[in-house]
Amino acid sequence: MREMLEYLGIKSIEELFEDIPEEIRIDGLNLPPAKEEMEVEMEIKKILEKNKSFFDMPHFLPIIKPHYIPAAVEEIVGRQEFYTSYTPYQPEASQGILQAMFEYQSVVCELTGMDVANVSMYDSATALAEACLMAYRIKKKKKILIPSNIFWNKKSVLKNYAKGVGLEIVEVGINKDGKMNLDMDEEDVSAIYIENPNFFGVIDNRYKEIQEMKERLDAMLIVGTDPLYLTIFNPPSKYGADIVIGEGYFGNPLNFGGPLLGIFACKKEHVRQMPGKIVGATVDANGNRAFCMTLQTREQHIRRSKATSNICSNEALLCIAFLAYTAVLGRSGLRKVAIKNMENAKYMANELEKIGFLLPYKNFFNEFVAISPIKAEKLNEQLLEKGIHGGLIIDEYIKNGILFGVTEMHSKNTMDEAVKKMKEILEEENETAK
Amino acid sequence: MKLLNEIEEIKEDFVPEVERKELNIPNLTEREVVKHFLHLSQMNYGVDTGFYPLGSCTMKYNPKLLERVAKNEKVSFVHPLQDESTVQGCLEIMHKLERALCEITGMDAFSLQPCAGAHGELTGMLIAKAYFEEKGEERSQVIIPDSAHGTNPASAKMAGFEVIEIPSKEGKVDLKALKHALSNETAAFMLTNPNTLGIFENEILEIAKEVRKAGALLYYDGANLNAILGKARPGDMGFDIVHVNLHKTFATPHGGGGPGAGPVGVKSYLEKFLPIPRVIEKDGKYYFHYDEPSSIGMVSHFYGNFAVLLKAYAYILMKGKELKSVAEKAVLNANYLMEKLRKAGYHVPFYGRRMHEFVLSLANLREKGVRAIDVAKRLLDYGFHPPTIYFPLIVDEAFMIEPTEDESKETLDEFAEAMEKILHENVDLLKKAPHTMPVGRVNEALAIKQLILTWKEL
Repeated sequence: MREMLEYLGIKSIEELFEDIPEEIRIDGLNLPPAKEEMEVEMEIKKILEKNKSFFDMPHFLPIIKPHYIPAAVEEIVGRQEFYTSYTPYQPEASQGILQAMFEYQSVVCELTGMDVANVSMYDSATALAEACLMAYRIKKKKKILIPSNIFWNKKSVLKNYAKGVGLEIVEVGINKDGKMNLDMDEEDVSAIYIENPNFFGVIDNRYKEIQEMKERLDAMLIVGTDPLYLTIFNPPSKYGADIVIGEGYFGNPLNFGGPLLGIFACKKEHVRQMPGKIVGATVDANGNRAFCMTLQTREQHIRRSKATSNICSNEALLCIAFLAYTAVLGRSGLRKVAIKNMENAKYMANELEKIGFLLPYKNFFNEFVAISPIKAEKLNEQLLEKGIHGGLIIDEYIKNGILFGVTEMHSKNTMDEAVKKMKEILEEENETAK
Repeated sequence: MKLLNEIEEIKEDFVPEVERKELNIPNLTEREVVKHFLHLSQMNYGVDTGFYPLGSCTMKYNPKLLERVAKNEKVSFVHPLQDESTVQGCLEIMHKLERALCEITGMDAFSLQPCAGAHGELTGMLIAKAYFEEKGEERSQVIIPDSAHGTNPASAKMAGFEVIEIPSKEGKVDLKALKHALSNETAAFMLTNPNTLGIFENEILEIAKEVRKAGALLYYDGANLNAILGKARPGDMGFDIVHVNLHKTFATPHGGGGPGAGPVGVKSYLEKFLPIPRVIEKDGKYYFHYDEPSSIGMVSHFYGNFAVLLKAYAYILMKGKELKSVAEKAVLNANYLMEKLRKAGYHVPFYGRRMHEFVLSLANLREKGVRAIDVAKRLLDYGFHPPTIYFPLIVDEAFMIEPTEDESKETLDEFAEAMEKILHENVDLLKKAPHTMPVGRVNEALAIKQLILTWKEL
């Protein structure tokens, strides 16, 4: 260091900071002394011990759910060449990640039936918000129709993103089957947002009616969906989707809700209005196949205030996990997991019905609503005391409704145990009532 | 495999029109998959591969402990909607990180929810909007210097503001131009300090005074916070809102483009506008606090990129008080390398002291037909990742170099040596570079023209 200072012709490092006005210059921060690696690891471990993981306490929470991540996926994502790189601005040094992104786009398009996908938004909530802004750029009409039963966090994010251009978010009611009404008549609509499966877990098979509504309102159709569901159910392209969004949880852990991967795919005719980064195939100077980012003139670093979005850093590494997960499982493995999810969810729902829960909607994938015979909050509280975490209470939508999420990781034993404990609680409750 | 409508438990859901018949995803063995991805990784350059002086991106070394602490099952298998009593560890980390960020930046309160720098900017702009709405003032403009990151104008625009760009003077904010642009229409002035040229805006106190006088807010783009850790704090400079990039300043890996994290900090009078939920502590227990009617609401699906937050917290614990040595070493490295390159014959516009990064102009190479991109590509042949090129926009043929604190003098010397050699190399050699990478110069124009975006189209 002395050598470097001498080279600069200065005596101390302090001289390098002389541009900072003296009245605001400080000498260090009020933080604890530096710690050794081992100390830091122990300190953090100790704090995290206070958490209960899925393995300490099984839960049935929806929206994002615990899924098994094959060891190979973790190894692939752990390659330092991937995770310590940045956005591939120099394609010759980044062919690996570029090809992986190209393959990710391909898999997402295969699953969703769309033509193009970007390499991620922050999560499904911001993906939805960006999709609505994109629809507005294309249709230039002020309204977006959304089902009144979308997850409240998502709604809040959407409202924030909608403020800038002054989009009006119109909530459409839910029918007795738990599906969004499709007979809405509304002027000035840029996009209709439909979830399939929706927030209540319900599968929507009204393909014809959805398309009719889209045509009637001359609006774009944004579909929020689930990648695992798409391995056994028809893709949104079959019912007229223009943009498809979703949570790309394949191969990615829960991590207390982040980072997540916002899937974003659309039809090719709209690609120039798409937010985010896109990778394309091309050739190098010798005519050999190569990959690079493309259509960058949509992006903030070139277009600035006229960009399609402000997004720069995204969730690229999670795209690699997503891709690696689909590769390790393959078509057969993915479908097997999807069927297992569905079977488990049906089993759990049936068992709950047997002990007195009501199932308002029958067609579901791996999330479903069950109405608790006693106050949902009370049930979940007592269940927690017995070491099991219940589902998500959705009182705002359905009184004592609980949204359950079930995956391949919920063994029969886990489900039986949970049902048994809920049964005990209900019986105790009955006793006291008597 | 059985047909879906033959499986007893689920068959009722498979009316004919919904069942998927085709799914074109290959069935491979694990061995084939691992081989494929390992091969891909070998065609990728990361910080762990070598010197990565990508200006503005702060490609510092990512200590391996950070990866390990985030692999804990008590993170990876913890659900964001679990009861508070079962996620005390996560909440404690978040709360402690918020407190540490307040100390580091001189702000009063933080939200960890934004998932990236640009996301933090948008959040900050929404906070500014809410603030003026509550005051009943209609302010529609955000002022931004022409040297700013592209995300600044894009974020301001997304929040619904009109963007007013002001020209720089000698590589810094032109105070006169700023005064001229400020009015009762101004909601905020967005500034990076040190700025994108690596120059500390030494008139910052006057700038803050003028912005305040106009009744506007001063926004700090924390992309370059690394340079002043423990040396100065945006909060003390008069900034009202800041975002920090944990993936830059606090060593969490960039992941090939993400995930990052862009927490937003504010002064106390703006605290009530921060996204909900906030994490609060009471008698050693932690809670989510939702009841804040002035809050802008949520900006992401849950509470931000928790795994990234955790890694940044581990980094802060590792460095502690020594964080200031991060800034010292980063600034020393940048100034040393700048001098070396200047002596090698490169031009430094607005020459003078720099903080953590500096920008060369390669415009004088144009006469022999060489452009910044050619030098960048040729650097690859010497085993270095090129710097950021063609940014900031106010420098012709910009070559933006940020060595970070983690590189040794030997590495900087090797890089300078390579740069010097390139200066005297055959033009043709440069124009056709790189010569040693898995692919030659990539035709980016063709990619736009033919627009092949999936394997189906190949």
